[in-house]
Amino acid sequence: MGTGIMGDVVLRGQGLRKSFGLTHALEDASLDVVSGEVVAVMGPSGSGKSTLLHCMAGIITPDAGSIAYKDKDLAKMADGERSALRRTEFGFVFQFGQLVPELTCLENVALPLRLGRTARKEAERQATRWLERLEVADVADKRPGEVSGGQGQRVAVARALVTSPSVVFADEPTGALDSLNGELVMRLLVDAAKETGAGVVLVTHEARVAAYSDREVVVRDGRTRQLEPA
Amino acid sequence: MSIPHALLGLLESGPRHGYDLKRAYDERFGHDRPLHYGQVYSTLARLLKNGLVEERGIEPGGGPERKRYAITDAGVTDVDSWLMTPEKPELYLQNTLYTKVVLALLSGRSAADVLDSQRAAHLKTMRELTTRKRNGDLADQLICDHALFHLEADLRWLEVTTARLDELRKQVS
Ligand SMILES: Nc1ncnc2c1ncn2[C@@H]1O[C@H](COP(=O)(O)OP(=O)(O)OP(=O)(O)O)[C@@H](O)[C@H]1O
Ligand SMILES: [Mg+2]
Repeated sequence: MGTGIMGDVVLRGQGLRKSFGLTHALEDASLDVVSGEVVAVMGPSGSGKSTLLHCMAGIITPDAGSIAYKDKDLAKMADGERSALRRTEFGFVFQFGQLVPELTCLENVALPLRLGRTARKEAERQATRWLERLEVADVADKRPGEVSGGQGQRVAVARALVTSPSVVFADEPTGALDSLNGELVMRLLVDAAKETGAGVVLVTHEARVAAYSDREVVVRDGRTRQLEPA
Repeated sequence: MSIPHALLGLLESGPRHGYDLKRAYDERFGHDRPLHYGQVYSTLARLLKNGLVEERGIEPGGGPERKRYAITDAGVTDVDSWLMTPEKPELYLQNTLYTKVVLALLSGRSAADVLDSQRAAHLKTMRELTTRKRNGDLADQLICDHALFHLEADLRWLEVTTARLDELRKQVS
C-alpha cells in the first residue's frame, strides 16, 4: 500500500480515553493522520503522548473513543486482523531497542517482509534498497550492537518503511541522538515518508525536531489541542 | 552586528572597490538584509577618517565609486580586538511575553491561550527556517540553525511557563 492520495485521512482517533489503574493517561484525545503529512505530537512528560500513539497503532485498546483505519473500526477487528494491519500498514520507530540484536542490520530491515512471507532474496533486495536510501548501506552486515546510535536509527527507519506502510509511528526517534544526527534522521524519515505517501505520527519534545512536521498537536493532561498557526 | 568591522574584515583579503565590498558582504552575510550603497560609502568614509582604511589607486575623475580601499595596520588591529571581544549574551528578562502572561492572569483571561498562540507562531517560523535550511548551502544552514536554537529556547520557556501557570496565578493575584 502506501499509495494513498495526499491529504486523505488514513487513521482517525476520536475522543480517546485510557486509564492505567487510577492514572488517567488519556482523558479526551483525538488525532487525524493524513497521508503524506507529518504530524508532531508534543507535550510535557507524562501527558499521554506515547499512550495516544499506542492506542492509534492498535498496540493497546482505549477504554473509550474510536479509532478508524480507512473507515474501518479498529475495535471491531479480530486480533489477527489487527496484528496483520500493524505488520503491513504501520511502521514503527522508537527511541532505541527496536532492532533484533542477533540479526544483521540487513536482516533486521528485511524482517517485516519475511514475516509477511516475502521470499528471502526479494526481502533482502528491498531491504538493501532502503538501507541505501537511508545512507547506511555500509552497515548492512553488522549487528545493531556494532553500529552508532545514528546509524542504528537510520536502520530502524529503513525497517519501518520497508513494507511501504500507510502510517509511520515515531516515538522520540531522535531522542538519543545529537543535533546533527537527529536532524539527519528526521530529514531522511520525512523525505522517505513523503515519497511513499505515508502519514507520520512524530512524538517529540524537541521543537527543532517538530519543525520538520507539517502540523502540531499538543497533549496536556491527556487532552489533545490542535494549534493553529497565527 | 557591526557592519564597519565586517567590512574591515572583508578588506583583509585585499583592497576592493566599494561596490565590490558590498557584493562580498551581501553574498556572505546579507541574506536577509543587503547593504545599501550609501551605507557602504558612509562607513568607508568613517573608516578612512579614523585611519582604519586608506585609498589605493585612485582612478582619474574619481567619485567615491572609483576608489579602491585597503585596510591599514590599525584596521587589522581593530579587527583583531573585535573578533576577540565576546558579544554580550542577550538577556531577555522582563520581556513582552512575560508581561502579557501576567496581564492575562490579572485580568482573568486565558494565559494558556496567550502562550499557545505564541507557541504556534514560533513553530511556524521554525518550520520556515527548517525548510530554508534544508534547501540551502552550509552558510544558510548555520545561519538558520542559530535562529532555530534561539527559538527553541523561547519555546522551552513557553512550555515551562505553561506548566507553571497555576502557581504564577496564585503569586500575581
Ligand atoms: N503501562 C502503563 N501502566 C501504568 N501507567 C502507565 C502505563 N503507560 C503509561 N502510564 C501512565 O500514563 C501517563 C501517560 O504516560 P505516557 O507514557 O503516555 O506519557 P508521555 O507523554 O509519553 O511521556 P514522556 O514524554 O515522558 O514519554 C503517565 O502518568 C504514565 O505514568
Ligand atoms: Mg512517551
